[in-house]
Amino acid sequence: MAENVQQMAAAEDKKEQAAPQTKNHRMLQVSILRYNPADPESVPHLQTYSVSETDSMTLYILLNELRDTQDPSLQFDFVCRAGICGSCAMLVNGKPTLACRCLTRDLPEHFTLAPLPGFELIGDLSVNTGKWMRGMSERIQSWCHLNDEEVNLSKIETPMDPHLAEDIYLLDRCVECGCCVASCGNFRMRPDFVGAVAINKISRFRLDPRDHRNDADYYEILGTESGVFGCMSLLACHDFCPKDLPLKTQIAFMRRKMAEQGIMGKEEPTLKRVIPLRELKLD
Amino acid sequence: MKVIYTDVLVIGAGLAGLRMAVGAKRRGHDSIILSLVPPKRSHSKAAQGGMQASLANVIKGVGDNEDVHFGDTVRGSDWGADQEVVRMFVNTAPKAVRELAAWGVPWSRITPGDRQVIINGEKVTITERKEAAGLIGQRDFGGTKKWRTCFVSDGTGHAMLNAVSDRVIAYGIPVHERVEAIALIHDGSRCYGAVVRDLITGELIGYVARATAIATGGAGKLFRVSTNAQICEGTGHAIALETGVAMCGNLEAVQFHPTGIFPAGILVTEGCRGDGGLLRDVDGHRFMPDVEPEKKELASRDVVSRRMEERIAQGKGVKSRFGEHLWLDITLLGENHIKHNLREVYEICHYFLGIDPTKDWIPVRPAQHYTMGGVRTKPTGESETLKGLFAAGEAACWDMHGFNRLGGNSVAETVVAGMIIGECIADFCDKPENAIDIPTRVVYDFIKREQSKLDAFAKNSGTENMAEIRTRMQEIMTTKVGIFRNGDMLSQAVEELEDLYKKSFNVAVKNQPGANPELVYAYRTQKMLRVALGMALGASLRTESRGAHFRIDYPVRNDAEWCKRTLSTWKNENDTLPTITYQDLDISKMELPPGWRGYGAKNYIDNPETPIRQKQVDEIRAKMEAEGADRFAIQNALMPYLQLLPEDLRGKNERIDEPLS
Repeated sequence: MAENVQQMAAAEDKKEQAAPQTKNHRMLQVSILRYNPADPESVPHLQTYSVSETDSMTLYILLNELRDTQDPSLQFDFVCRAGICGSCAMLVNGKPTLACRCLTRDLPEHFTLAPLPGFELIGDLSVNTGKWMRGMSERIQSWCHLNDEEVNLSKIETPMDPHLAEDIYLLDRCVECGCCVASCGNFRMRPDFVGAVAINKISRFRLDPRDHRNDADYYEILGTESGVFGCMSLLACHDFCPKDLPLKTQIAFMRRKMAEQGIMGKEEPTLKRVIPLRELKLD
Repeated sequence: MKVIYTDVLVIGAGLAGLRMAVGAKRRGHDSIILSLVPPKRSHSKAAQGGMQASLANVIKGVGDNEDVHFGDTVRGSDWGADQEVVRMFVNTAPKAVRELAAWGVPWSRITPGDRQVIINGEKVTITERKEAAGLIGQRDFGGTKKWRTCFVSDGTGHAMLNAVSDRVIAYGIPVHERVEAIALIHDGSRCYGAVVRDLITGELIGYVARATAIATGGAGKLFRVSTNAQICEGTGHAIALETGVAMCGNLEAVQFHPTGIFPAGILVTEGCRGDGGLLRDVDGHRFMPDVEPEKKELASRDVVSRRMEERIAQGKGVKSRFGEHLWLDITLLGENHIKHNLREVYEICHYFLGIDPTKDWIPVRPAQHYTMGGVRTKPTGESETLKGLFAAGEAACWDMHGFNRLGGNSVAETVVAGMIIGECIADFCDKPENAIDIPTRVVYDFIKREQSKLDAFAKNSGTENMAEIRTRMQEIMTTKVGIFRNGDMLSQAVEELEDLYKKSFNVAVKNQPGANPELVYAYRTQKMLRVALGMALGASLRTESRGAHFRIDYPVRNDAEWCKRTLSTWKNENDTLPTITYQDLDISKMELPPGWRGYGAKNYIDNPETPIRQKQVDEIRAKMEAEGADRFAIQNALMPYLQLLPEDLRGKNERIDEPLS
């Protein structure tokens, strides 16, 4: 009985807590950078819309409402709307972030939305991160290089240390949203810079015993001024990563490992294939 | 006009599509994958909790094998599944996990020794075996007899998609991103590819292929409240329907997930309950043991969702400004567990609800989650009626889920079907008799036809508003074709959807160069309405309850009349309703004849065939067991299926307790 009462009291607490605060909803002024490259008449300009704020409104809800009720021509990208797919990165008041999990209550009454810089613009807030990421993946060969493509699928899997598996997953959580690239000062000056996303991926594969490359191979990919040595440690990538990946640490670590490899030539590449570096296409 | 030729055209770059393309490419067939979005953004990404495969590594999984997984899946489906396909699936699932392990998926691994877990609300200490050290771990999930769900924290789909997508890059398979297949090219008996719209330039392109595979995922966006991603609009179902030849199976079978966060509908994984989370009502009372004493929170999703809605209907919901909800309590799992094994749940609660799930209860209510229905295929993944058209994953009705899918079986299906059907497609392409010979003119005609349909929107002077039409459709689907259905509501739904469908031809769209999102919205909504009509009409005709399809006016499963699969197609372009036919399920061939699921309602109407088959099955089993036959021999005597699998996938699966001889 006492337990029941306790439970009920707890439930009351929860109710209090969940009760949404009543407040007067603001009329938001949203300035969006509009431009349709496919339309010769179109020139880049800021267009401001008024939208009435609702409870727990995210930019996903806001932009869809805008498109449904005010301007069906507005271009933007949302897929999962839950912060896991990385489609909707854009500049919110100048800062790269995932729009879907950006609550309007955390923004001032008047704010601006602009497409992520550094990527090919498709239109308005939509940019072609996918094309860039595929190019990056091909350049750094972002897959496990297996000794043997034929896996005996009937046999029990090779054991792995549970902590190592979790460490790999922590770096594997990257959603390729492009925030690290868009916020990178170095990338502005050196468009062939691989970006934190690539350095993190190599760091992930370096941990993974299933990837049979070694530091000599990774050096071929990252050991240049467009690779890890190009990073000037401004580290906006770390500050703006929506998945809170430990980019600062990974870059520093990979730079040290690559420097060691470069100076001492550890792990002779003769044992394993050397991965040829493919240049990024510059448009 | 641009035409692109390839051996295999895969529509959709989620796990099923990517894995099929890898299979075909490895056998030497050039493949092109089409995708609305970059592959790693596909909805496969959202599978959080894990993938079922009977590895039996953890101590709570000991004794698990293909037979147990088979039984769970068939019972989960409420006997709607194709049992041969389920057999193909359960034998391949462990192979799929192991393949992905080799490709780099960081599956959560087992630490031997004691560990504390929560079972039925109690802290329990279990001891993992030394032999299992470092092997892939499993967690508990709904509707399963053993702990079988392999996982990567709660980002399983994410990690799998990374690995498979990276394999596609390793094999140099092109993915044409930001394009959409809007029609299949066919001649009434053979599929030749698709008409594809470039979502950046707006251009229409013909893709001609010997084999075309649909792997476009589900249709959650037909509903107002859904856990599905924005791109799950059922347009893959629609292009198959529109051929008038290919069929969609069981469209009325729609799953609602018990724990969508309220009100946004974003999913929190079944792993929350699998790991020991509880459902509570407004009084903080854990109500599931009262109504489902056998499996409690871990009955199958259709059952738990209905029990939750019943609880709310009894006035025990928590009232809020947006409506009523219940609570999911995972606080008892502890901070360490939540921050390591339920990391995405933690983030979602933090960002979208502003709560800390290590301390606060999570507001949840069932939300549309999965489309069991899809393009009806043979076990090879090929359409039964349109040669050269294949389908896999959620977009398909391969039919391993019947009327309710088990948690952890969908992400498993994507890769398993990808492996099996990828091989079947390669076999298909290997055969000289499947060569194609299609005049370019036919392709041009299809492109022109599609272009004129799109132009019709621009030329239209109608006054209907597509955003209003779509919003209304979503409202109808959620309120009238939802968890609880009845005849009146369903006839209203069909009537109103048909009316909306007609209205969708009186919508004017501004002609704009480039992507033109307004046009995309318009033509997709029209396609969505066709699928919605298939769901509503199928549900209205099916006068019984089975799995996730629950009729208040016919609350009992009726095997006597409804042991059959619904098939829909859109016969003529001018039709305003799909044409529906049925296909019988053959009880006399079932390895597991219909019976009670082990949870949920116990009453059902038997088919006269059932006791006859049950007797046969019992006799064969008893006789062979007495003769000392092993489980493989008995299974083979009851329902042989190995001949349906590609040869490389027929092998047995090694386990700690079942070493390969």
